Amino acid sequence: ICCLFVKVQLRPAPPVFPSYSSMSEAVVPDALVSPAVSGLYGEKAGGPTAVDFSYVGIDAILEQMRRKAMKQGFELNIMVVGQSGLGKSTLMNTLFKSKVSRKSVLATAQEKIPKTIEIKSISHDIEEKGVRMKLTVIDTPGFGDQINNENCWQPIMKFINDQYEAYLQEEININRKKRIPDSRVHCCIYFIPPTGHCLRPLDVEFMRRLSKVVNIVPVIAKADTLTLEERDFFKKKIREELRANGIDVYPQKEFDEDAEDRMINEKIREMIPFAVVGSDQEYQVNGRRLLGRKTKWGTIEVENIAHCEFAYLRDLLIRTHMQNIKDITSSIHYEMYRVRRLNENNTVVAHANGIPEHHLAAHEM
Amino acid sequence: MSGGETSVSEADGNGGIMGQQKNLEGYVGFANLPNQVYRKSVKRGFEFTLMVVGESGLGKSTLINSLFLTDLYSPEYPGPSHRIKKTVQVEQSKVLVKEGGVHLLLTIVDTPGFGDAVDNSNCWQPVIDYIDSKFEDYLNAESRVNRRQMPDSRVQCCLYFIAPSGHGLKPLDIEFMKRLHEKVNIIPLIAKADTMTPEECQQFKKQIMKEIQEHKIKIYEFPETEDEEEMKMVRKIKDRLPLAVVGSNTIIEVNGKRVRGRQYPWGVAEVENGEHCDFTILRNMLIRTHMQDLKDVTNNVHYENYRSRKLAAVTYNGVDNNKNKGQLTKPDTAEGMSPLAQMEEERRDHVAKMKKMEQEMEQVFEMKVKEKLQKLRDSEVELQRRHEQMKKNLEAQHKELEEKRRQHEEEKASWEAQQRILEQQKLDASRTLEKNKKKKIF
Repeated sequence: ICCLFVKVQLRPAPPVFPSYSSMSEAVVPDALVSPAVSGLYGEKAGGPTAVDFSYVGIDAILEQMRRKAMKQGFELNIMVVGQSGLGKSTLMNTLFKSKVSRKSVLATAQEKIPKTIEIKSISHDIEEKGVRMKLTVIDTPGFGDQINNENCWQPIMKFINDQYEAYLQEEININRKKRIPDSRVHCCIYFIPPTGHCLRPLDVEFMRRLSKVVNIVPVIAKADTLTLEERDFFKKKIREELRANGIDVYPQKEFDEDAEDRMINEKIREMIPFAVVGSDQEYQVNGRRLLGRKTKWGTIEVENIAHCEFAYLRDLLIRTHMQNIKDITSSIHYEMYRVRRLNENNTVVAHANGIPEHHLAAHEM
Repeated sequence: MSGGETSVSEADGNGGIMGQQKNLEGYVGFANLPNQVYRKSVKRGFEFTLMVVGESGLGKSTLINSLFLTDLYSPEYPGPSHRIKKTVQVEQSKVLVKEGGVHLLLTIVDTPGFGDAVDNSNCWQPVIDYIDSKFEDYLNAESRVNRRQMPDSRVQCCLYFIAPSGHGLKPLDIEFMKRLHEKVNIIPLIAKADTMTPEECQQFKKQIMKEIQEHKIKIYEFPETEDEEEMKMVRKIKDRLPLAVVGSNTIIEVNGKRVRGRQYPWGVAEVENGEHCDFTILRNMLIRTHMQDLKDVTNNVHYENYRSRKLAAVTYNGVDNNKNKGQLTKPDTAEGMSPLAQMEEERRDHVAKMKKMEQEMEQVFEMKVKEKLQKLRDSEVELQRRHEQMKKNLEAQHKELEEKRRQHEEEKASWEAQQRILEQQKLDASRTLEKNKKKKIF
């Protein structure tokens, strides 16, 4: 596992609209509805011009939290998994509009497929409108590329569990750090090759095992291979197979908190998996410069929802559900791991070494 | 056609044809030979066996449909989503296509399940076994005594579909091609070529050709010809190897023209447009210009390799054993003989087998005959019994009837007797009456 720290300044991009309701880390008070909220945008909580005797000012906490969050910055760890040649690095570059992928940073002369699966993680500090984010992209070259792909998910599961373990160790320390560095994998984007027919046994196996320990977001890679009918058919097939195999991808049904969440998430669940196209090259289309791919029969615009669903994926991952993803990782997946580990520790004292592995293996299955 | 152009070459003692040209005085007519060959072949029809190999979802079936403009793989044909098989299968489908009076018996060999499993080690083995078995069939047919019909089912061309990753060949691709390039003509194709922009496509092709050369894989080589025109075409094809293809059988309107292609929201990728993909090149090469060459190379190179390897395995062992003459105790082992002797041995074996089969069949026949006889006898006995029984029944009935008749006669007799008595009585009664009457009259 190699880590690189690179400070990158984002290019001026179309304005990002963070939604405050999902950025808060505490329960949103009912006073959110009050008109004073709009005033929080960049101004002090001055409130309306007339003195309002019923206004306490609890909602000013949002402004305080925002300032604190901006000072602290956010962390996001995304893992990309898929066969080589599916456009993972390109998609990462497109998502964050800068060269964040492994290939852009480590200038490798040749694209040799590694003999075993390696896990490479690269960190970047990106900043936008004063909001700082530490983005870590974890790449898994060699996944699914060998002739025999048995157990290719094991190194990945081990990595994820190792991150949980590291966090747990920090947590149970007697003298804890003020802010525990969060290297847990928040989200795993799984790339499905666009065969147009159905999921492969490898895909099903991997997603089945990993949906239990991490949030999986499946995407259809290189979606410009499929016509719209083929795409719809393929998506339906995939959803059926996911249901048939009991694979719960993000957003998981069981973690919907209320009716509003459920409504939003149902809409997303109907669109999964997103058919994406990635590109980091700009072309001139109708007088505008757009990211896209130029072929002899037309130009595919990456951010055009009539062409592909990249915009939806980006909104999900960054603009609307980023905090939700992190919450689920820390409160559900991590807690599950923690409970298992601490129970093991209680039983491991008098037993032989075999038991913990047995437990772990049983849970992995 | 006048005879001014014809010439004759003399054969010299070595069997080669020396270039001594002789001019003929008149028109002999053997310039018509190609026409005869042509007519005969057209009558006989052609055969061609094509194998398609690649992972599911690369558009193999669509491409075959587009190439031959038939629906070999109709929409009802169970697609890959229905064929989650545990092992790689080898399936063949035959179709007879006719065009301009020429018949072509096309056999498509498909390999569903190739490269789809989690563990794909040895997924090439069924393919290798299939090709070898076809060679073996042909070898046996060739060595038979009666060779009138030699159906040629050898695989003449293998289209290998490479997934358009844009990076290079996968380990599976390399393994497969390394094992099969000595057995069949491999033509690598880049599937679903509309995934890539022209630059990516160029890059990918270069990378693939580099890797093919690195691993010393011998793909199908286009033959060198003396014709300048043909050479130009061949060179053009060679530059664009491996061919990037797109398949489609749906017809779409583009600028008033009807073309076969794939409709995207951003445009239509035309199948037969040379700038969009290399489909037309593939079709021309495979069907219009190089089909015969593929068959020839299969026959002269791959089949000969197989044959010499198979027969050499026998002679190698023969030579080896002859060195240690003293240890050759078992003269009837197959490895200790030359091919001729081995053939003798095989013939003897064969005859012995036939004899044994004959004996067995005779035995079976006898047994069957015995059974049948037994059955017949049984039924005869049965019949006899029934006959007896019926006779008895009949007699019983007869007796009954006799009995009844006797009774009836008795009754009749008694009744008659009674009648007579009655009559007598009546007579007596009337006589006494008359007597009384007479007395009274007195």
